[in-house]
Amino acid sequence: MNDMRLSERDVDMTDVKIAARGVQVFYGDNHAIKDVDVNIVDKTVTAFIGPSGCGKSTFLRCINRMNDTIPIARVEGEILIDAEDIYDRRVDPVQLRAKVGMVFQKPNPFPKSIYDNVAYGPKIHGLAKDKADLDAIVEDSLRKAALWDEVKDRLDAAGTGLSGGQQQRLCIARAVATSPEILLMDEPCSALDPIATDQVENLIHDLRRNFSVVIVTHSMSQASRVSQKTAYFHLGELVEYDDTAEIFTNPKDERTENYITGRIG
Amino acid sequence: MPLIWLLAAIAVLAAAGMVLGRRRALASAGGDHRVLHSLPSYYGTNVALFAAAPALLVMAAWIVVQPLYVESRVATLIPQAEYSDEGELSLIMSDVRRVADGLNQAIRSGAISAEEVRDMRADVTDVRDRLAQIGIAVGSEVEQTTLTAAQQYRTLDGRGNVAMAVFVLLLAVGGFVWTLMKTDKDYRARNSVENAILTILVAASTVAILTTFGIIMSMLFETVNFFRQYPASEFFFSTTWDPSFSGRGGSSELGIIPLLWGTLYISLIALLVAVPIGLFSAIYLSEYAGKKFRSIAKPLLEVLAGIPTIVYGLFALITVGPLLRDAIASPLGLGTSASSVMTAGLVMGVMLIPFVSSLSDDIINAVPQAMRDGSLGLGATQSETIKQVVVPAALPGIVGAILLAASRAIGETMIVVLGAGAAARLDLNPFEAMTTVTVKIVSQLTGDTDFSSPETLVAFALGLTLFVITLGLNVLALYIVRKYREQYE
Repeated sequence: MNDMRLSERDVDMTDVKIAARGVQVFYGDNHAIKDVDVNIVDKTVTAFIGPSGCGKSTFLRCINRMNDTIPIARVEGEILIDAEDIYDRRVDPVQLRAKVGMVFQKPNPFPKSIYDNVAYGPKIHGLAKDKADLDAIVEDSLRKAALWDEVKDRLDAAGTGLSGGQQQRLCIARAVATSPEILLMDEPCSALDPIATDQVENLIHDLRRNFSVVIVTHSMSQASRVSQKTAYFHLGELVEYDDTAEIFTNPKDERTENYITGRIG
Repeated sequence: MPLIWLLAAIAVLAAAGMVLGRRRALASAGGDHRVLHSLPSYYGTNVALFAAAPALLVMAAWIVVQPLYVESRVATLIPQAEYSDEGELSLIMSDVRRVADGLNQAIRSGAISAEEVRDMRADVTDVRDRLAQIGIAVGSEVEQTTLTAAQQYRTLDGRGNVAMAVFVLLLAVGGFVWTLMKTDKDYRARNSVENAILTILVAASTVAILTTFGIIMSMLFETVNFFRQYPASEFFFSTTWDPSFSGRGGSSELGIIPLLWGTLYISLIALLVAVPIGLFSAIYLSEYAGKKFRSIAKPLLEVLAGIPTIVYGLFALITVGPLLRDAIASPLGLGTSASSVMTAGLVMGVMLIPFVSSLSDDIINAVPQAMRDGSLGLGATQSETIKQVVVPAALPGIVGAILLAASRAIGETMIVVLGAGAAARLDLNPFEAMTTVTVKIVSQLTGDTDFSSPETLVAFALGLTLFVITLGLNVLALYIVRKYREQYE
């Protein structure tokens, strides 16, 4: 709906937040990611697009080392966040994930109250001085996720009792509450209806002010609506990475063009 | 014998129905099975089911009801003066049955003719002697009333058997012919078979419910008998359990409190052992252990559930009991008894580990991976994830597993007899011998029992109390599970 503004968008800052160098991922014998190099810019929304099974979610999960939880997964190459290698042995993946938040494809609120869902991260990491401080963090996070007005009267209600769109925004609030620097979103709208999708997209737009957002999406219109940078993945390779406007109006690679014009994928 | 022939006849009819139903359906379709509404085998099954199932059901019911009917008819033949209460009447009736059985056997072996039996009179023939000659022992001298009753019993029973055979056969043939007539290519045999199977399933589930009902009723009946002879207030509130078998009634003290105390004390210790070990091993197996370790450890743990409780009892008696006494109880001056609450509790706890661990493991595995990912993605460690997300999400199921284990603990007998002894006692010292409700139920009902004395009938009151407690526990489990479900879904 706001495709018209594509050309108006430019990247606010140009310093690199995440830099990937020669990243390879194997699931057992399956070579899922092949030699990916990419520079992801701070305070920007970067979209990963590509056909199913092209490795975009796998690559996303490398950025906060969620692949560590899969026993057969193996990552080679290096990924730098603020010029620090996150696969260095001195890096604690738990610490890293507090800094690099993640929102999943299906809303997965914990079977706890709305309040406890949001307070979960701050409690674990000891971010709140006292109860009042924690309340403030919860309120602030819910406001950032545009959910506060809908749930402020029932913070003790179960998070699982919310609607799908509300649950996904709750998960975003939960991720925001640990004040991460980067927010990874793995197809955050694929389980949502158009109205909830619109709410989440607006939210992503606002989140950009505070975070670098990396979003995996199957919807090319969504990529064009929310992102400033787009990366096209194909069969585990990064085919093309450029400004979103450039990718959608003037793709350099034939495979990218085929995909965005709907000939494959 | 006739029963087996009857069953064989029904089986033959069913088999014939299988073949004929199929053939008739195919014939009506001109041999082309594609024209049939259902697959050919359904037509055969349909005929077989309708021939066999109603006949078998009626037969089963008949076999249960006939003796009750015959006995109530025969009992009217015994004059009121011969007995003073139900117990004596039932003794007389068992004599009647024995004589009737003896006469039947005598006829079958050809020692006495059927006419002779019909005309037999106690003052002319020494029935006991005649039966003894052909190797059939009857307890006491057979009197005329008993003999008359036995003769009547024979007649009624014989008539009943013939009536049953005729009726059941008619039913089987009727069902066979009726369904076979209906069979043609448009008949919906598939639906008919499925309905019949549904009926059988419903009947099967009803049997379970009716049996439970029957168990409760029989317990209730005997419990009421008990409370007629023994005050309920003393049963529930007396702190002494001291049944006397020599003196009849009066001198016995039958308070349930020491037994309940023993039951709860031992169960508590067992759960204190089983719940942490079971739960921790479930968490390790489902969250941390590698595939290989898990595939070996889980079956091994479940082997524990397959050991008979008497073997656990032996283990308690021979190994654990003396060990606890020598290592802890004696040095600390807590007692010199090898059988103790602690012994039974520990061993029972080991028995319960697989119940807790296996069920909890399944439940923890059922927690969606998305929950773990969500927590790990927020920077929680694996241990924080388990403590704060996985276990709370699995809690209703875990509580269910624990309460199931508790029910097992409360109902356990063998381990208690061998581990904790049979002395009813109210004591806090876990190294003292104590005993439980179930053990006392067994000991009150074994040996020479008189089913009219409170010392025996108390077993039913104990059983009913235990039943009510476990029922309450199950209701509690259901309530907890529901409550958490409401909150979490």
